[in-house]
Amino acid sequence: MMSTHATQSLDARGLNCPLPILRTKKALSSMGTGETLAITSTDPGSLKDMQAFCKQTGHELVSSSTNQGEFEFLIRRA
Amino acid sequence: MGAAEKLIPENLDKSLFNQWFDQRFETKMAEREAAHVPSLAIIATKGTLDWAYPPFILASTASALGWDVSVFFTFYGLELLKKDLHLEISPLGNPSMPMKMPFGPQWLKDINWKIPNVVMAGVPGFEKMATGLMQQTVKNNGVASIEELRSICLEADVKLVACQMTVELFGHSHDDFIPEIKDWIGAASFLPVAQKSDVCLFI
Repeated sequence: MMSTHATQSLDARGLNCPLPILRTKKALSSMGTGETLAITSTDPGSLKDMQAFCKQTGHELVSSSTNQGEFEFLIRRA
Repeated sequence: MGAAEKLIPENLDKSLFNQWFDQRFETKMAEREAAHVPSLAIIATKGTLDWAYPPFILASTASALGWDVSVFFTFYGLELLKKDLHLEISPLGNPSMPMKMPFGPQWLKDINWKIPNVVMAGVPGFEKMATGLMQQTVKNNGVASIEELRSICLEADVKLVACQMTVELFGHSHDDFIPEIKDWIGAASFLPVAQKSDVCLFI
């Protein structure tokens, strides 16, 4: 489980667009540069949205994976 | 000969100079783009529960992307800034609105009830019922409430401005609205904001 390696984790399961992104942004803004956030979501749209979010904001999308209908992301704060 | 041309030595290699300029120009433009904060200006004109979503979803998401966001609420859009939100939907005359039950067994949920306009218009309380079903559907799908999206916008410093003319036209009172409204303005004040924005939407 990648959340064990992350600085913080965020459970965005059951939330729909744009809440996973908004919660991610909120969590990241309380973290320091270089710290990592592990996010779990169930919104299929979050797969593309999380990539776009990182590309636009400059945070690093370390990994993204699909696991039994759940999406897992690891983001390193810029 | 202009002043700028006097600065260029006569023996200058023009093609070399142009090459240098093109490279420099590209670097400068890239620096400028990297430093640019994108901006979004929305004009929100609708006051029903369904139409309340697009402006607040786009505004809150843009703010999460680090954009500078302003929303101008005018006409029915002003309803979205009331302290107490009582937003309703009206399925009447909107054949695209799915009429599905948000509860019960799956086969029941899957039925799209085609209700004739004459029924929707004639049954008292039809809009109240449709609104209740919509709110339940929103909840079931983990979609945020308008109150939640609005407070996220306020936290993220999205500038919410309201149309003063509409207040007078519809006989509203400033006290009915949330105190976080940045300004009460008219079209002449918002258009320059819209002009400078990278993205401008009329919703």
